[in-house]
Amino acid sequence: MMRSHLLNLLMFSGLVSTVFATLLRDTTRERLRFGLMAFAAFVLSTVVIGWLTNPFPR
Amino acid sequence: MSETRTAAAARDSSRIWAASLLAWVWPGLGHLFLGRRGKGLVLMGSILGLFVMGLAMDSRLQLHLGLEDPLALLFSAAQMGIGAPYVLARLVGYQAGLVTSPTYEYGNTFTAVAGLLNILVLLDALDTARGVRGK
Repeated sequence: MMRSHLLNLLMFSGLVSTVFATLLRDTTRERLRFGLMAFAAFVLSTVVIGWLTNPFPR
Repeated sequence: MSETRTAAAARDSSRIWAASLLAWVWPGLGHLFLGRRGKGLVLMGSILGLFVMGLAMDSRLQLHLGLEDPLALLFSAAQMGIGAPYVLARLVGYQAGLVTSPTYEYGNTFTAVAGLLNILVLLDALDTARGVRGK
């Protein structure tokens, strides 16, 4: 089940960003903005770090 | 007058303790108890979603209570942070996990992060009950 790394990343980032946005911001608009920024930061940083570590498989 | 104040303080204290306990026992329940229905439901859905997905990815719900392996103790404490869902999942047989599964480490991460997030939610419920946070 759930063997797609990308899907795991997207689900994890989405759910964790939702919790952070709900806890750290007070209005719906601020939560939406913060959640989307956090989601993008999670996904982009993972892709960049994965790409940078690609030459070092072990 | 002073008796009324004492009674109000005792009621506030009970409310704070109840909100904290409920927040730990089940994700989002502390906020629901405090009347923050929307916030409670979003937190409940997100954290339980993470935990259930972790279980579906063959996570192991380990129970290390000794000090011989401090990292395992911390990891175990992180998973236990989610409260009753951890106990229920162990009771229905999810404690072993499947170490040969390709998603085993993902599952462990999902369940541990769900527990850690629930600790943050508990602290937020505590602040809300004390009146430190408004919404």
